[in-house]
Amino acid sequence: MSLLSNTSVLLGKELRTEFRSRELLTTTIVFILMVVVLFSFTFDPTTAESRRFGGGLLWLAFLFAASLMLQPCFLREQNNDTLSSLRLAISDPFAIFLAKLVANTLFLMLTELLMLPVFAVLYNVPILPTFHWLLLVLFLGSLGISVAGTALSAISAQARMRELLLPLLLLPILTPVLVASAEVTVGLLDRDPVMQWKGIGFLAVFDLVFLTALWMFGEYLLEE
Amino acid sequence: MTSLKVPPTGLRFENIDKRYGGLYALRRVSFEIAPSECVVLAGRNGSGKTTLLRIAAQIVRPTAGKLSFPGVKTNSANHDDARQGRPGYVAHTTMVYDELTAEENLILFAKLQNVEQPEARAQDLLRDVGLYARRDSPVRTFSRGMRQRIAIARALIHKPSVLLLDEPATGLDPIGITWLASSLQQLNQAGCTVVMSLHGESEISALATRAVRLDAGAVIADTQSGASLHSILIFGNA
Repeated sequence: MSLLSNTSVLLGKELRTEFRSRELLTTTIVFILMVVVLFSFTFDPTTAESRRFGGGLLWLAFLFAASLMLQPCFLREQNNDTLSSLRLAISDPFAIFLAKLVANTLFLMLTELLMLPVFAVLYNVPILPTFHWLLLVLFLGSLGISVAGTALSAISAQARMRELLLPLLLLPILTPVLVASAEVTVGLLDRDPVMQWKGIGFLAVFDLVFLTALWMFGEYLLEE
Repeated sequence: MTSLKVPPTGLRFENIDKRYGGLYALRRVSFEIAPSECVVLAGRNGSGKTTLLRIAAQIVRPTAGKLSFPGVKTNSANHDDARQGRPGYVAHTTMVYDELTAEENLILFAKLQNVEQPEARAQDLLRDVGLYARRDSPVRTFSRGMRQRIAIARALIHKPSVLLLDEPATGLDPIGITWLASSLQQLNQAGCTVVMSLHGESEISALATRAVRLDAGAVIADTQSGASLHSILIFGNA
């Protein structure tokens, strides 16, 4: 019970600080918009090409956005040593991770949902017929990125070359999530959409495994 | 100070070692602090005072040895018992969020520690530390002294039985130092065990009933008598 109540209090804090400063969301949305617009004008793809490559392009843009978003996740806590005050105040440090990864997933999904209509217009790919399935892929993919990214952000925040370390650790670990998410998305953007349940199953298992690992070993990541 | 009586809690360090790589920050530190004692940790920069306080606050895990809180019921599901084993800690930094207001910060930490009526407790403390008029201002707009006051308020939010302070007078003006000394005296009289690191003598060190001097991570002097205590604080010998 205290895990859930602490998580909800901390999630409130994460949302309040972000919506007050809008640092992460503004930067990420502008960045991801530039990527999608630039690709559209550079390659000027036909609808058929967009259907084939759109999934990969979208998830590449989401990955860039995520690496921007995840970097300050634990760095912010170092300014005034607030991570120590949180660890002093709560009995289960998993609440800190849970609040941060829920916040990261929400921010990432918000960015993705804002980007989908822009993508649909610029690349001339209808997304409405399979929108509910796209939401499922976006959720599972974003959750996977957030779970792994939050854990790695905690590790990299304590390192000397922290700005370089996070992307270096993040990219290899997230490759399976990105490949699965992109494949499922390509299937859903097809002229005859297909839901690749194998990919969805893989994403769900990945999320579950990383979430369990974070629950079991997260405490050690926060130690000085 | 609005703090009422707190349950008596002591502090026991048993053979505490802390190593960072090959460097010993603390070496075989053993001593016990009785409930309601007011202890000053003295020593030069790098002598291990901050590390010892961070171990007592349970932020840093010792490499070897054991920390315990005599008087605390362990394995209790009761929120009051759980809070009793959680010291209040004032560090070199404020340990609060700059983007949040003073009141939001205190309510956040009160809620995380299951304090009853968090809003009322936060407002009481803001009055105590003299920041009530600025309760809606973000902490980033505060002066150094005000930041120190909000740091002290955060440490007291759950009415701790043990209060740990790392050079608490830093950034405070003479009026602030007098306020802090009188607040600590009231807390100590209410049963709160106070452990603080200080440099030299001041109004705050006058509250101490005991001084422990560290050098190169080891306890080199520990005294409760007035003359020796003065000597430890000023000259570094007992």
